[in-house]
Amino acid sequence: MREEIFCVEANDVLTENVYRLTLSGNTEGIVPGQFVNIALDGLYLRRPISVADAEENRLTLIYKAIGKGTEQMSGLLPGDYLDILTCLGNGYCLESSGDHPLLIGGGVGIPPLYYLAKRLREAGKEVSVILGFNNADEVFYEDEFSQLDCDVKVTTVDGSYGVKGFATDALTSSYSYFYTCGPAPMLKSVYYKTNTSGEFSFEERMGCGFGACMGCSKKTVSGFKRVCKDGPVFRKEEILWED
Amino acid sequence: MGRLSVNLCGIELSNPVIPASGTFGYGYEFAELYDINCLGTFSFKGTTREPRFGNPTPRIAECTAGMINSVGLQNPGVDAVITEELPKLKKCFNKPVMANVSGFSVEDYAYTCEKLGAEPQVGWLEVNVSCPNVHGGGMSFGTNPEAAAEVTRAVRSVTKKPIIIKLSPNVTDIVSIAKACVDAGADGISLINTLLGMRIDLKTKRPVIANKMGGFSGQAIFPVALRMVYQVASAVNVPVIGMGGVSSAEDVIEMMLAGATAVEVGAKNLIDPFASRDIVASLERTMDRYGIDNLRDIIGGAHNG
Repeated sequence: MREEIFCVEANDVLTENVYRLTLSGNTEGIVPGQFVNIALDGLYLRRPISVADAEENRLTLIYKAIGKGTEQMSGLLPGDYLDILTCLGNGYCLESSGDHPLLIGGGVGIPPLYYLAKRLREAGKEVSVILGFNNADEVFYEDEFSQLDCDVKVTTVDGSYGVKGFATDALTSSYSYFYTCGPAPMLKSVYYKTNTSGEFSFEERMGCGFGACMGCSKKTVSGFKRVCKDGPVFRKEEILWED
Repeated sequence: MGRLSVNLCGIELSNPVIPASGTFGYGYEFAELYDINCLGTFSFKGTTREPRFGNPTPRIAECTAGMINSVGLQNPGVDAVITEELPKLKKCFNKPVMANVSGFSVEDYAYTCEKLGAEPQVGWLEVNVSCPNVHGGGMSFGTNPEAAAEVTRAVRSVTKKPIIIKLSPNVTDIVSIAKACVDAGADGISLINTLLGMRIDLKTKRPVIANKMGGFSGQAIFPVALRMVYQVASAVNVPVIGMGGVSSAEDVIEMMLAGATAVEVGAKNLIDPFASRDIVASLERTMDRYGIDNLRDIIGGAHNG
């Protein structure tokens, strides 16, 4: 973990309430699947946001404006400065991917998979991606994944774009390993419908984001884990569904 | 003795700043960020006889200038703390540490305090009779003078290490509870634990926290904490540790003027992992600004005249 000051370069609208925040600052050491924790004026707790991309001196975050913090973020302007804790969480294990990894993302669970796809493509893997949305208006980043030469499928629940149904309805059987991030029901469905090992990125309401407060604990087969520090990525074999 | 040092129940602290239990783990997350030996000491994560997962999630809610937590004393249990956590802690912290203990019966408290009290790294036992997030224990011992005294006596009989009883603010008369603990053999009093609080999500129309209520901490509670520290410090003749919303060197000094010998920093560590280090680093220049030569001289200063 490091505390860094970032400067807002752009805060683009991707869909009705999904934004892409591009920041300049020190991104050293940030790996796919990690998140950052952002201090916002007037709000006591920081806001944890997954990393959509990290290049030298450039950090990309994609977030949905759905609460007080993210709505405030949607008003950030180029030139604004942010105090951010970086390199939080464990991240995905790229070495486990095999030759044909499958990435399954739902809604704002998709952003961390972009940075992962990029790294997997750099490592020469053939990457398939399933992006799940509710409807055509919510679709984002299809082109960006395609530009990485991933095999991209889009699903929408109402069938207004791509394959009609949930992301898991577009699963094929030809993948060596999977990585997934999205809403809890989707993750559970991925767990039961996949036939290889894989990794899940979980979300939980956090206090500190760096392992001190035990606010985001989760029961796993290997004991109690902190989503922020021991996760947010957990291997399929570690997961215990509590309900 | 430097201008920042204080004596807490017979042990000298190089400065009065102590990260509070539950906001600093067992120290090593923070030791990755800075040398935690700059702290007076710290109070490690509340430890119980048996391992505990704690409460269901969500456990955290935001408030204006503060937060609510309902962690529910998640910890690996006293045996694992001794065999796994303390050896790791020893590698990054070479001062006596404060062991924070909770229980669900008087016997639990005595059992855990006896084991932790026997550990050479442990300087003080901070006995939490004030956790608002567990049923059938925790705060129920700290809301009545006789029960708090009973825990104090039981713990007193199993260790010679200084015993500091950590009190709940969720009571009618905190002074009577503090006095009962001191009469029962407490070497010090720490206060305040969190205030019982709640938030409701306007979208779901349900409590934000799975356990409905939790402990409110952070900057917003500082004036309540300061008032209680002032009241207790004027009524007991043992050292008092002040805590509750402390976020700056100014707050540390204010707590000491109210009667605190040492000061714990809690929620602030969670939003700024460098907070405790930075508070220590800014103490001397803050003292200079207010014409304070020596921190020991200002303890309880606001009671004079």
